[in-house]
Amino acid sequence: MSARLIALRAILLREALRFTQQRSRFIAALVRPLVWLFVFAAGFRAALGLSITPPYQTYITYETYILPGLCGMICLFNGMQSSLSLVYDREMGAMRLLLTSPLPRWWLLFAKLIAGAVVAVLQCVAFLGIAAIYGIRLPLVGYLAILPAILIAALMLGALGLLLSSRIRQLENFAGVMNFVIFPVFFLSSALYPLWKMREAGPLLADLCALNPFTQAVELIRFAAYGQANLPALGWTVLAFVLFAALGVRGYDPGRGLTKSKG
Amino acid sequence: MSAGLQIRGVSYTYGPKAALSDISFAVPAGRFCALLGPNGAGKSTLFNLLTRLLVPPSGQIMVAGHDLAKVPGLALAAMGVVFQQPTFDPELSVRRNLLFFAALHGLAGREAAARIDAALERLAMRERAGERARDLNGGHRRRMEIARALIHRPQFLLLDEPTVGLDAASRRSVTDHVHALAADGMTVLWATHLTDEVAPDDQLVILHQGRVLADGTARDIAGPDGLTPTFLALTGGEA
Repeated sequence: MSARLIALRAILLREALRFTQQRSRFIAALVRPLVWLFVFAAGFRAALGLSITPPYQTYITYETYILPGLCGMICLFNGMQSSLSLVYDREMGAMRLLLTSPLPRWWLLFAKLIAGAVVAVLQCVAFLGIAAIYGIRLPLVGYLAILPAILIAALMLGALGLLLSSRIRQLENFAGVMNFVIFPVFFLSSALYPLWKMREAGPLLADLCALNPFTQAVELIRFAAYGQANLPALGWTVLAFVLFAALGVRGYDPGRGLTKSKG
Repeated sequence: MSAGLQIRGVSYTYGPKAALSDISFAVPAGRFCALLGPNGAGKSTLFNLLTRLLVPPSGQIMVAGHDLAKVPGLALAAMGVVFQQPTFDPELSVRRNLLFFAALHGLAGREAAARIDAALERLAMRERAGERARDLNGGHRRRMEIARALIHRPQFLLLDEPTVGLDAASRRSVTDHVHALAADGMTVLWATHLTDEVAPDDQLVILHQGRVLADGTARDIAGPDGLTPTFLALTGGEA
């Protein structure tokens, strides 16, 4: 096995180990979308009428509609959590071990992204399992097709987290950034309401939603959940991933100065 | 190809503040070099430059004959680093921490296991391989990190104030272990602000306000007055 693959495997295993050890993190990651599914969606079911739009071929419940969006939410929070841990690791020193490896820095950061995305997929699988037990199910083919879509979405949102972490110098600055990222990204998307519904509220809002890469990621997951490929959504999501990852890796360029003066 | 470490004309600034000004010195292969300086002298900045966490706008750093700017992978592969801050996962065992590090250097399987055993043996830490890193005392944690820095068989060992926070016995033990490594042929750069960690035969570089004030054998620099008074006189008593 090549040195790069050995490092990738080690980073993946370490992230998986952390995931299994930090049970509270896993439970928190699941409770958040489940509250939206079982409380928020139940309350909104009567208030929000949904017409038949692709990929749906019949009337659906609101719970069914927001299921892909909540998978996106899991990926979004996971990406931000990874970003927070990157900032923490950098401040506390653990990141230095990674950055002083002789392997290319972009590869090591990419390995971190993959590890984070795999964790997001596992969280989504658990979430979809609970939703299925509750009766909110996807077509059988959807359970297979949704996995790569979630992985791509999680990679893109992990790359966004990487980009943020490369721009944030201190942990104290992180809470503010989270508020300015998570809330707009989530609410200005098709996760909770379809774009046509948003357009009724205002064309500008609808356009902002359409431009949001998170919307594209959610639509990628939504179509995949019904065994369909939404190629424009796939293209935009991959493009956003490449852009965020490139800028994020650039942010970790030693020439740009990641560490603070300590004497 | 020359081994050891060569630093030529390296400067670094944080905004308008100069942290290092035209630093030049060399550490021959197999030598223990103490980089002595008060807090704020620029030691950590120099370490960040040596480990490529920062890149100097001017000057050249050669590690074991490799130009750090041109072939960073080769230079970093020849280097073992012990950072001032702990850089291990406290929840993992000593062995798992070392296995993770080995993988970051492309080592796995039996080869990694054999090298880890040898490195732990070298630092008298083998019996602690199964212990959780969190449960180790400060001295053992440092020895674990030094063992970790040896796994990929570097030619050059960098230690940034590795005895910070240790009691006197642990400090002595860690210092002795690293001197023994240098005696076996390892090139060592040991940053410290404590004069008692420098042996008379060590190479000594005194750094102050981002400049090299002295470079030579510790015994020669110390002169008849001894190292501590000389160091205090050179740095204006800021030790």
